[in-house]
Amino acid sequence: MNKPIRTMAIFCMALFLALLVNSTYLQYLEADELNSHNDNKRVRDAEFSRERGAILVGGDSVAESVPTKDQFKFQRRYPQAQKYAHLTGYYSYTYGRNAVELTQNDILSGSDPRLFVNRVVDMFGNSQPKGGDVSLTIDPKAQEAAYQGLRDLGGPDIKGAVVALDPSTGAILANVSSPSYDPNLLASHRLSTLPDVWKRLSNDPERPMLNRGIQEIYPPGSTFKLVTAAAALSSGQYTPDSKVPGGTSLDLPLTDTNLPNENGMSCGGDKITLTQALQVSCNVAFGWLGMQIGDAALREQAQKFGFGDKYLDDLNDQAVSRFPAKLDEPQTALSAIGQFDVAATPLQMAMVTAGIANGGTVMKPYLVDEVRSPDLEVLDKANPEPYRSAVSSSVARDLTQMMIEVVDRGTGTTAQIPGIKVAGKTGTAQSSVDRNPYAWFVSFAPADDPKVAVAVLVEDAGVARDAISGSGLAAPIAKRVMEAVINK
Amino acid sequence: MPGNPLTGFTHRRRRGAELFLIVISLIVGIGAYAAVGLGVEGTVPADIVGYGGWLAVLVIVCHIVVRMTAPYADPVLLPVVAALNGLGLAMIHRIDLANLEQNSDAHTFARTQLMWMTLGVLIFIAVLVFLRDHRRLQAFTFTSGLAAIVLLLLPLMPVLGTQINGARIWIHLGPFSFQPGEIAKVLLVIFFAGYLVLHRDALALAGRRVMGIDLPRGRDLGPILVMWLISLGILVFQRDLGSSLLFFGLFLVMLYVATERPGWLIVGGLLFVGGAYAGYLLFGHVQARVGAWLDPFGSKYDSYQIVQGMYGQAWGGLVGRGLGQGDPTLIPFSYSDFIIAAIGEELGLTGVMAVIMLYGLIVERALRTALVCRDAFGKLVATGLAVVFALQVFVVIGGVTKLIPLTGLTTPFMSYGGSSLVANWAIIALLLRISDQARRPLPDLTGSMDEDATQVVNIR
Repeated sequence: MNKPIRTMAIFCMALFLALLVNSTYLQYLEADELNSHNDNKRVRDAEFSRERGAILVGGDSVAESVPTKDQFKFQRRYPQAQKYAHLTGYYSYTYGRNAVELTQNDILSGSDPRLFVNRVVDMFGNSQPKGGDVSLTIDPKAQEAAYQGLRDLGGPDIKGAVVALDPSTGAILANVSSPSYDPNLLASHRLSTLPDVWKRLSNDPERPMLNRGIQEIYPPGSTFKLVTAAAALSSGQYTPDSKVPGGTSLDLPLTDTNLPNENGMSCGGDKITLTQALQVSCNVAFGWLGMQIGDAALREQAQKFGFGDKYLDDLNDQAVSRFPAKLDEPQTALSAIGQFDVAATPLQMAMVTAGIANGGTVMKPYLVDEVRSPDLEVLDKANPEPYRSAVSSSVARDLTQMMIEVVDRGTGTTAQIPGIKVAGKTGTAQSSVDRNPYAWFVSFAPADDPKVAVAVLVEDAGVARDAISGSGLAAPIAKRVMEAVINK
Repeated sequence: MPGNPLTGFTHRRRRGAELFLIVISLIVGIGAYAAVGLGVEGTVPADIVGYGGWLAVLVIVCHIVVRMTAPYADPVLLPVVAALNGLGLAMIHRIDLANLEQNSDAHTFARTQLMWMTLGVLIFIAVLVFLRDHRRLQAFTFTSGLAAIVLLLLPLMPVLGTQINGARIWIHLGPFSFQPGEIAKVLLVIFFAGYLVLHRDALALAGRRVMGIDLPRGRDLGPILVMWLISLGILVFQRDLGSSLLFFGLFLVMLYVATERPGWLIVGGLLFVGGAYAGYLLFGHVQARVGAWLDPFGSKYDSYQIVQGMYGQAWGGLVGRGLGQGDPTLIPFSYSDFIIAAIGEELGLTGVMAVIMLYGLIVERALRTALVCRDAFGKLVATGLAVVFALQVFVVIGGVTKLIPLTGLTTPFMSYGGSSLVANWAIIALLLRISDQARRPLPDLTGSMDEDATQVVNIR
């Protein structure tokens, strides 16, 4: 009977070998994958009890972990909660993470491979691993200007957003969305309070957790005329001095309706220059222009600025701006003035502006400037990279000149800064008949050496319909943001 | 005399080596207990002397009994068992502490488990003292078979039996609950061995050859097949998948070893596949287990336990969180069936591998005993015990680590559970008894006896 017994010995050895191999797979090879599961309470508890890295703006933390004496050893705090809520996001036991807390979680929690050496040292030194810090590109003064600018319009309930970029790098200098919320409530360790807070915030019709600058698209209205003008100039058939129709209304083919100007009056003559048309934001001229160059050219130009694409890695859930496919002639005319089905995020319009400011090259936007290990060693520094070349430098120069005219003597005079040349464009966009139009303003300054490009959207300021205009509501905020950056 | 005339080799007693290994295993067990205290409360537990002393006394007494009654027994088995049992106790104590932290009235298991271990050691001693020759058990072949069936039927009795966690495998006698299947396991090994020793030639040689397989005569196969059907049938009614698998595997392997016909493995393998598929089609709880195994992260089947076990082990990683530093209470039944997941979490892959290697050592030492054993009955009993032990470890650890679908079985010597602990101590005592017989030098018979005279072996 010894032969079968030997066979059984080999069989049993195979069984135990299978157990060894399988536990190696489970505890070593598959472990990282299992540890990343959302419902893995152990990992969440441990991460929650760890000293999470700070999120820094201009050297001050806007999110930090402070020691507590409760079941988790550290409490996440957001000192300037409302102002930075949409950038820091929240870090909640029950509801996970959002914004930078989400996109930079590996560094903040300390699990990033770049922190590997620190982890090993911590393990042998028997100290708790710490997370690394994330430093944002935000200019605190610009952020404050944008935040206060929106608040001064109508308090904390005003709906609007501001996005400011450094045109030469793509760094996001300010991003405010209103109404805002307090992420401290979601980070609370009193876990029983979380569901109510979450329900209140996510069911709020004003959607305070939405970053209106990045996560929502709006009809860009007349600010889109910059894209139409860029397409026209790039076609080579038009110059800033080309004559375009400037009457009181434009006959739309295939329909019974006409396209009037915003105020129902003429743009200053039957034939005006392109510069004049932009200066007074002439719907007739740009509607006509759109039909002349066609929807394909408009779409291509819009895509060169970033429409239809995702380009922001540092914040989650970026909405994609849209220029509709397949347009007939009247739809093309409407789209050329930023109506019909055209929709853009404030970030997208800031990129259009920044691209013009940067000699035609749009830079890839980014929010994270630097990540550092817990002992302040710089692990990674943002490297500005060009995103797309939208227009030639001569077209960018012509457009800049036209936009300066808008601020100097056109619809955007409210954005003038004494002693500094400002280039801008207003917009007032209808979305539907029964709701108030959106007020837009995009601009950059100084026009000869751009330091900041900004897009301001006021969705609803709670003012009468005829008081809503890009010039009246949005331009002063843009001015404050630009001043904050330039007067440093 | 330089050596045994039959093998040319005389085994040494090696009791000193056993004692040395026992000291190491006690360091493991008591050290783990101290580490639990350090990890959870920051101090060495106050009862370390009493606890450690008691554990040491139990194991040393076992050693002395072995020294006196089975001096040639295998020196590795007892220390390995002591290490596993000590580690299991420490782990159960650790889970107790975690439960107490959440609820100061929580039920604790470690003290009861130490009591059960004491009972196990008493049984161990009783087996070694009263069973001086394992061949005596052969006389109880059919008694064992009957007793096994009765034990397996007990949980189905209306008053005695209790259904716990979906399986009706428990009986209650006053304050005690008991899993008779664990004892039946040992009795079945004895029955199969005794029966096969008598009938193996008939099973192997008599009969017809059909499609390249030698089929035995019905009357040789009959009783054993009936036995197997009864035990399987009972287990199906008790919804105890793990034990079904265990008994079937045991039956098959012993048949193969006794007859030396690999054809049995093929036939049995086909039977197993067919039976498993039929079980899958017929029984909802089998489908649930397989479903949870194939897709533990889908929401279709209840896979909470297995997923938590996997999370725990992944969290433990290579070296573990350290005793007292993990969250083993997140895993349901981490003190019993899932204790290996708790080990994986707190002692890491290293700890799990060490435990698997210890189990492997027990199995291979038992098979080695079977190899050197001089009588067929002893060979079969040792092989049967080794295989049933190996299968049980494979089924439970494989189930917890998601190698195979999860079936409820205890982890020998580690899981909380009295019946399992007592039965396993009895298994080790039997193995030691057989190995003592196998390794003992043959009495020097040359010259002293008439060569032609019939030798009488007293087997009773």
